[in-house]
Amino acid sequence: MISLAGRDILHSWGKFVFTGVGLGLLIGVTLTMAGVYRGMVDDAKALLDNSGADLWVVQQDTLGPYAESSSLYDDTYRGILGMKGVARAANITYLNMQVRRTGGEGQQHEQKDVRAMVVGIVPGGPGEPGQPGYLVAGRQITRGHYEAVADIATGFKLGERIRIRRNEYRVVGLTRRMVSSGGDPMVFVPLKDAQEAQFLKDNDAIVRQRARTAENPALNRPGVPGVLDAVLASQSVNPFVNAVLVRIKPGFDPEAVAEPIRRWQRLTVFTRAQMEEILIAKLIATSARQIGMFLVILAIVSAAIVAFIIYTLTLGKIREIAVLKLIGTKNRTIAGMILQQAVGLGLIGFVVGKVAATFWAPFFPKYVLLEAGDAARGFAAVMVICVLASVLAIRAALKVDPAEAIGG
Amino acid sequence: MSERYNQGIRIEGLTKRYGAGDTAVDALKGVDMQVAPGEVVGLIGPSGSGKSTLLKCLGAVIEPSAGRMTLGEQIIYEDAWKIPDLRALRRDKIGFVFQAPYLIPFLDVTDNVALLPMLAGRPNAESRKRALELLEALDVGHRARAMPSQLSGGEQQRVAIARALVNRPPVILADEPTAPLDSERALTVIHLLEDMARQFSTAIIVVTHDEKIIPTFKRIYTIRDGRTHEEAGEGR
Ligand SMILES: Nc1ncnc2c1ncn2[C@@H]1O[C@H](COP(=O)(O)OP(=O)(O)O)[C@@H](O)[C@H]1O
Ligand SMILES: [Mg+2]
Repeated sequence: MISLAGRDILHSWGKFVFTGVGLGLLIGVTLTMAGVYRGMVDDAKALLDNSGADLWVVQQDTLGPYAESSSLYDDTYRGILGMKGVARAANITYLNMQVRRTGGEGQQHEQKDVRAMVVGIVPGGPGEPGQPGYLVAGRQITRGHYEAVADIATGFKLGERIRIRRNEYRVVGLTRRMVSSGGDPMVFVPLKDAQEAQFLKDNDAIVRQRARTAENPALNRPGVPGVLDAVLASQSVNPFVNAVLVRIKPGFDPEAVAEPIRRWQRLTVFTRAQMEEILIAKLIATSARQIGMFLVILAIVSAAIVAFIIYTLTLGKIREIAVLKLIGTKNRTIAGMILQQAVGLGLIGFVVGKVAATFWAPFFPKYVLLEAGDAARGFAAVMVICVLASVLAIRAALKVDPAEAIGG
Repeated sequence: MSERYNQGIRIEGLTKRYGAGDTAVDALKGVDMQVAPGEVVGLIGPSGSGKSTLLKCLGAVIEPSAGRMTLGEQIIYEDAWKIPDLRALRRDKIGFVFQAPYLIPFLDVTDNVALLPMLAGRPNAESRKRALELLEALDVGHRARAMPSQLSGGEQQRVAIARALVNRPPVILADEPTAPLDSERALTVIHLLEDMARQFSTAIIVVTHDEKIIPTFKRIYTIRDGRTHEEAGEGR
């Protein structure tokens, strides 16, 4: 027996290939949507991996520092360092902002704004939590001020000058795959600078704040001249950080180290597993549902297209189907023919979709991670959709009366 | 009737009523007909007289209301179907030729014909060999690899006849097989059918309006108002 479906596809291959490519682009979009979600999850995991921390110590009763804002005094880490099982503890700040390139060496001084997450780290030896794990160029931050290490995704080059708020920094190192949970590339600066950047107000605001303070009789008491100066001085420093990253000693259980910090330091502590749960289940949950909605709609649209095409192709063959039935073709053979065509269309679509998604994924501004598992699930879904979509056409074909071939 | 009619098709008192109640149509009111192996008979009658209905009953695609149909020794219908697998009956015992050739557009000429033995479970190579022999016999062997759309109307109709013959059915039902053809080609087709009928001992019923070919039949059944009348034709 010959393959009726195969012959039909070969005969009208143009129709099949065009429809398959159309369907394929749709499948490509679907795979990419899944890749966007995987990329978000992977970004979140990269953020946690790259922080080099085993525990995140944050403000009590917050989900900081990534999902909620959290603020701790910058001397909190000293108390934590003394706890059992803690190897290292380092302050860290995070600040989402626009970073502007202001100039480079030997190249045209073209200005450029980049959305980035500015991370304040304590310059220290390698292995300090919070430090960029490895560099692709340059060196780590060694000075206490005005040096920066940027992710290559920012587009910054070694030696370029960038502006964060009022200060200029020199890019001394480049790193890669250091991203925020939102996928923005990171720029590392010394902690002190970062604290200042978080806190620093413009001159007008400072003048206004000073005037307000001076007018407050409680803070500017007549006859006690030193108080106002002390208050103003305390207002112009930022003693806060967003979190303390803790590296634990080998052989200790993270939860066992975390519990005493919670109890005795009265802080909230998250382990790596809890942090991952917060990032993935809470922070990107809405985006995931958003993408899920897209996937559902795309699946329905793809199913409708396959159903429509297969149905139209079948209706165009009613006469031939009547003849096939009249000359003794089994219903099963005819149903099989339509089913194989639907599956063939799905196959073409899937291959085109996979190639298209692989081709365009790198051009997306945020990380798109195409997982083999998603491709396999996508393939299964396409096949199921094609089978379901052919049901309508099969029903129409089985209803064809062989007497129609003889006519009136 | 002579002995040889026992081997062909016999129809006795066949009736067919479409629908029921007030709107019922009695398309066949008692048809009697006999066609011997190797014989080609004409079936003529005005439009709406029941020709197609009779072919559909014989072709086992609609069920008659009453009467009897036999094929050789085998009773096919006697007030009910007597054969469990009508699909296999159509495939193995009956060949169809239609007004239009209705070839399968996505199969080449050979496979259009070879499809029938393949459906009956014969190997592809054997089916194609048989198809090619018939195509040669019908003078379209040189178009064996062509697609149906590349053939002329006459060639297509000959391929359709090859398809009807390929399983060596004892019966061929032809519904206006010459309608799309000019008179020369129409006569060629009828002569082909006569040759084939003789060669393969096939009983052939040709429904037609075609004035050009009516004189070629030796026997003609006229159907009027659901009843048949047998006449001798002018053919020799
Ligand atoms: N499916 C049907 N339902 C109801 N009446 C039908 C049907 N098919 C044919 N008829 C009626 O049966 C009669 C015979 O029709 P038909 O066999 O097609 O005649 P012919 O082929 O000789 O023109 C006509 O009156 C026609 O209207
Ligand atoms: Mg008719």
